[in-house]
Amino acid sequence: MQDSHAKKTDDKSGYGTTGHEWDGIQELNTPLPRWWLWTWYACIVWAFAYWIAYPAIPLVSSFTKGVLGWSSREAVVADVKGLQTLRGPMTAKIEAASLADIEKTPELLSFARAQGAAAFAVNCSPCHGAGAQGSKGYPNLNDDDWLWGGSLEAIHTTLQHGIRWDADKDTRSSMMPAFGKDGTLKPNEISATADYVRSLSGLPTEKGSDLALGQSVFAANCAACHGDSGEGNQEVGAPKLNDKVWLYGPDKALIMERITLGGGGVMPAWSTRLDAPTIKSLAVYVHTLGGGQ
Amino acid sequence: MTHPTSHSPSLWQRHQIFEKNSIILVIGILIAISIGGLVEVLPLFYLKSTIEQVDGIRPLTPLELTGRNIYVREGCYNCHSQMIRPLRDEVERYGHYSLAAESMYDHPFQWGSKRTGPDLARVGGKYSDDWHRDHLRNPRSVVPASIMPGYPWLEQNLVDMSHIGDNMAVLAVEGVPYTAEMIKSAVSDAKTQGSADDAATAAFTKRYPKAISRDLGGNVGRLTEADALIAYLQLLGTQVDFKLYDDKANIR
Repeated sequence: MQDSHAKKTDDKSGYGTTGHEWDGIQELNTPLPRWWLWTWYACIVWAFAYWIAYPAIPLVSSFTKGVLGWSSREAVVADVKGLQTLRGPMTAKIEAASLADIEKTPELLSFARAQGAAAFAVNCSPCHGAGAQGSKGYPNLNDDDWLWGGSLEAIHTTLQHGIRWDADKDTRSSMMPAFGKDGTLKPNEISATADYVRSLSGLPTEKGSDLALGQSVFAANCAACHGDSGEGNQEVGAPKLNDKVWLYGPDKALIMERITLGGGGVMPAWSTRLDAPTIKSLAVYVHTLGGGQ
Repeated sequence: MTHPTSHSPSLWQRHQIFEKNSIILVIGILIAISIGGLVEVLPLFYLKSTIEQVDGIRPLTPLELTGRNIYVREGCYNCHSQMIRPLRDEVERYGHYSLAAESMYDHPFQWGSKRTGPDLARVGGKYSDDWHRDHLRNPRSVVPASIMPGYPWLEQNLVDMSHIGDNMAVLAVEGVPYTAEMIKSAVSDAKTQGSADDAATAAFTKRYPKAISRDLGGNVGRLTEADALIAYLQLLGTQVDFKLYDDKANIR
C-alpha cells in the first residue's frame, strides 16, 4: 500500500478519496448516508438516556438504580398483583361458593370452566391429553368410568392430594400387589386369570384356557378390591373390570403384565402447586367434561 | 477534510500500528473485549445486592448429579431452558421466577436460551416418575403433538458410577460444598437413593436433606440412566419453599 496523502476528488462520483492507493487503485471515501448517521447518533443519545433512567452502572458496593427506580422483581410482583386484582371479584366468589353452587350459577360456571381449561392445558394435559382423552395408564376424564370417584367432591380431593403421591399425607393410596413378580401366582394362573378378566366384559378368551381356574384365582386374590363380578371399587381406586373401558388396554398380554407387576398410576398433589380457587375451577372443569357423577 | 501538516502524525497514521502488526492488533482486541466482560460480569461477584442467600438449596446427590450429566450429554438444554424470567406470563405458567441461588451449585448452569420445549426450572413434582419414563421412551405416547425425540436407550443403559466421586471432587474444588465423606460414599449413596427401605437412608438424607429415595432396584445394581435423569428432573425447582420466601423483602 502506498500512502501518498494526495487526496483528490473523484470526477465520476464527486466524493473525495482517502489518499490510499494500491497499485494505482484509489479508495473512495464515500460518506455514510445521512439518515443512517443520524439514526446512529440518536441510538447513542438513547443509550445515555437509558443509563440514566434504568439500573445500569456497577459501583463499589451497589449500582446506579436509575431515576425511574424500576426493578424487574418489583415489576413482576406488581404485574401479578394487577392480574389478581382483575380476577379478584370472581376469585372471591369462587372461593366462597361451594363446588355444587359454582356449577349451578352460570356466571361462576363460565369463569370456572375458563380458568379450569387454562390450568388443565398447562398442568394436566401432559398426562390426561389435551382433550382429557387420556392414554395408556392415564385415565380418560370424559367418560363416566372413574377410578376414585367422579363426583365434584371426589375429583376435588383427588386434585388436592393426588394419587399415591407420597409427599402428601392425605393422598389417595392403594397398591395392587405384584402377583407375578413376587411369586404369589404361577404363570398358568396369571394366564387363566387374564382370560377370566376378559370374559367378564364379554371379550373372547383364548382357546383351551382354564376359565374355572381363572375364576377361583380371581375370587381368592382379586375380588377383594375389584369386586366379585369385577365391578371395581372407588374406595381403593380399583378399576371396574366388567366394562369395555380399559386403563392399560384389553389385550391379554397387557392384562397379564398388570397382574405380574401390580402397582398403580401416580398423580401429583396439586395443592402445593396451584392455589385453592384454581383447584376448585379445575374440579368443576373436569366434572363438566361429560363424565361427572 | 484537510490533511494536517507533516510535523504531527495524524490519528489515521497512528492507527496503522494496529493495522500493520497482527500481534498488537490481537492484544488490542483482547483489551477491548475484556472491558465489556469486566464491566458486566465482575461486579456480580462483589455486589452484595446481587448475591442472594436462600434457604433450602443443597448440592445434588450423586444420583441426581449423574442425571444432570446425562441431561447435559443428551443436549436437553438445546431445547429446554431452566430459567423462569420475572415476567407475568412466565410466573403464571411455570411458577415463581427463578432465583440465582437455585443454580448456585450448577457448573455450568443449565439456564439455556431456547425454548423449543417448555421451561424445566420447576418441572420437579409436576408429573409422576412413570410419566417421565413413558415420555422419555416415546414422548408421543403421552403427548401426541410432541416433537421431542425419544430417548429409549436411557432405560436400557445402566448408570456408570465409576467417575461420580471424581466428578464431585472436581465440583468441590469449584466451590460446591461436597465433603470428603460425601465423595467417599458417592456410589453407595446413589444406590441408597435408588432403593426403598434401605437401612442407609437415614445417613443419606442427613447428608442430602429432603432427598427422595425410590424403589428403583438400586440395591441390586439395576439403576438405569433414565432413573438418574428422572431423579434429577424431579428435584428441579423444588428446593426453595416459596411459601416462606419473601418477595417484598427480596426486591433488589
